[in-house]
Amino acid sequence: MCKRFILIGVLLMAIIAVLKSQTANEIMQKIDDNMSSENRVVESSMTIHGRRNSRTITSVSYTVGTEKSFTEYLSPPREKGTKMLKLEDRLWTYYPANDRIVQISGHMLRQSVMGSDLSYEDMMDDRQLTEVYVAVVESKEEIDGRSIFVLKLTAKVDDAAYHSRKLWVDAEYYLPTKEELYAKSGQLLKRTQLSDFQKVDGRWYPMKMNFKDVLKQGEGTDWEIISIRFNEEIPDYLFSKAALKQ
Amino acid sequence: MVAFKLAYKNLIGAGLRTWLNVSVLSLAFVMTIFYNGMIDGWNRQGRNDTQDWEIANGQYWHPEYDRLDVFSIKDSHQPLSAELQQQVSDGWLVPQFIQQASIYPQGRMQSVLLKGIPHDQTILKIPTAPLKTDGDELKAIIGKRMAESTHLKVGDQVLIRWRDKNGTFDALELTIVSVFQCDVPGIDNGQIYIDYDRMQEMMGLENNASLLVTAAEEPRAISGWSFKDTDFLLADLDKMIESKKGGGIVLQGVLLLIALLAIFDTQVLSIFRRQKEIGTYIALGLTRSQVVGIFTIEGGAHSILAALVGAAYGIPFFLYLDTVGLSFGSVDVGVTIAETIYPYYSLGLILSTMLLVVVSATIVSYLPARRIAKMNPTEALKGKIQ
Repeated sequence: MCKRFILIGVLLMAIIAVLKSQTANEIMQKIDDNMSSENRVVESSMTIHGRRNSRTITSVSYTVGTEKSFTEYLSPPREKGTKMLKLEDRLWTYYPANDRIVQISGHMLRQSVMGSDLSYEDMMDDRQLTEVYVAVVESKEEIDGRSIFVLKLTAKVDDAAYHSRKLWVDAEYYLPTKEELYAKSGQLLKRTQLSDFQKVDGRWYPMKMNFKDVLKQGEGTDWEIISIRFNEEIPDYLFSKAALKQ
Repeated sequence: MVAFKLAYKNLIGAGLRTWLNVSVLSLAFVMTIFYNGMIDGWNRQGRNDTQDWEIANGQYWHPEYDRLDVFSIKDSHQPLSAELQQQVSDGWLVPQFIQQASIYPQGRMQSVLLKGIPHDQTILKIPTAPLKTDGDELKAIIGKRMAESTHLKVGDQVLIRWRDKNGTFDALELTIVSVFQCDVPGIDNGQIYIDYDRMQEMMGLENNASLLVTAAEEPRAISGWSFKDTDFLLADLDKMIESKKGGGIVLQGVLLLIALLAIFDTQVLSIFRRQKEIGTYIALGLTRSQVVGIFTIEGGAHSILAALVGAAYGIPFFLYLDTVGLSFGSVDVGVTIAETIYPYYSLGLILSTMLLVVVSATIVSYLPARRIAKMNPTEALKGKIQ
């Protein structure tokens, strides 16, 4: 009789764990549904906070899936005309001042983009969460009057850039309000805060983000979306090196 | 012999004019030996230091490895065969595993080359013994230049971030256990050394190396590795030395030119003022070419006197420099250069410099003396200007 109770107890716990896990994966899937799209056109401003002052750079990006992306910087005048092309795992930058295209590779990928807290590597890695991680719900919390799931994501593939992540997900919008990225050793590397969720083309999307490389000093980098359009017609020629010089 | 005696008497008789010429020529002589001695000293020290600290008797590179191409570093590594591992154990090879990483000293991000090197290696002078692991602490050594640029010192801890074999970020605090001083910037700037085995563990690999340094006097080919001899590995230093020598030729040429111009002027003046003497020589039965010879030897003898005068103050100067050297401080020109350079004067350098000065002084003495061959002896005896 006692053994039967133990067996039932174990089974129940297993079922609860599976259900909890499914919930976590469902939450992750919902985040992917919100954040990923077949293609998008984003006009944004990036404010980089330096030690003495801050500077804002505006750009327009054309993205198809997770493989192709083309970005053109619009302001300030010093950066205007600088373009970036990402094709799968390769990245090129065009500098109008010297009319040259430079492939960003090797150690240069570790450098920050325009002095921000984002590295080129971060820009390259934009696979969907469900492709890379398995998630568990660590807790459900009430933060600033909103219901938040705290998710712990652990890489299920060998080539994940970050071995684990921690996400604070808004239970209504299914968007993370905060994200922490960890190294394999457990060292916290980066922190992102997302806010100003707006409904665009039937999905919730964060219009403001703050990226912070926690290993570096400073206030991080603010990224604000000025306009975003999903599922636009993006011409194929944009994703070629020739387009960088146009 | 008569010509040499006459040349000597005339030179001494000319007094101050001769000593002025001789002193300028001796300066050119001493400066040439000094400059080339310094360059040769730099070259010898540079080659020895680079071999002692970096390349020993050559390196075996992974076929894709190129130290000047940062793009090649990430994937340029391969496992060591059992035979190579045996050679490492026997002390004939030192494996180095090189990867890129970032450190965050004082909250600033800095790209570095992370090098895994066995703590018990003895081929290179890099003081790797403190890297021996005892526990979980990640120990690292850096060069003086790296310590200065990152403001790190012994005992400091700094966070290092890297990507393992799969590209996953990892990060740990490392402790600087030693700061070494060497004159080879190629093993210092932007580089951090950790224990070879610990590095394998961190990267998720086993017995991988990017290059192997050999102690063998006559290295032989190893399948799957590209051998780079010392000539190849020291090519940058050789090019720098060549360019410095080229630059020095201009300086030495100007000095020599000034001295030779003075000799040339002296010769022209002598021939103009000593026409009666020339006429007398010919009247006494000397041929014109013998008289030209007397004047050429006289001019050329300036260089012999210059060598003697140069030796009088040059030898003590060179001996002093050989003892104390010449300090340039810690300059960083991208190639190996010692803080204090001790000049190296080879017999070849001294003899070639002497030959250059003597031959060029003789030539500039001969050129104006050729006029003697065209002189009318009667007119010359009368002292008429021709």
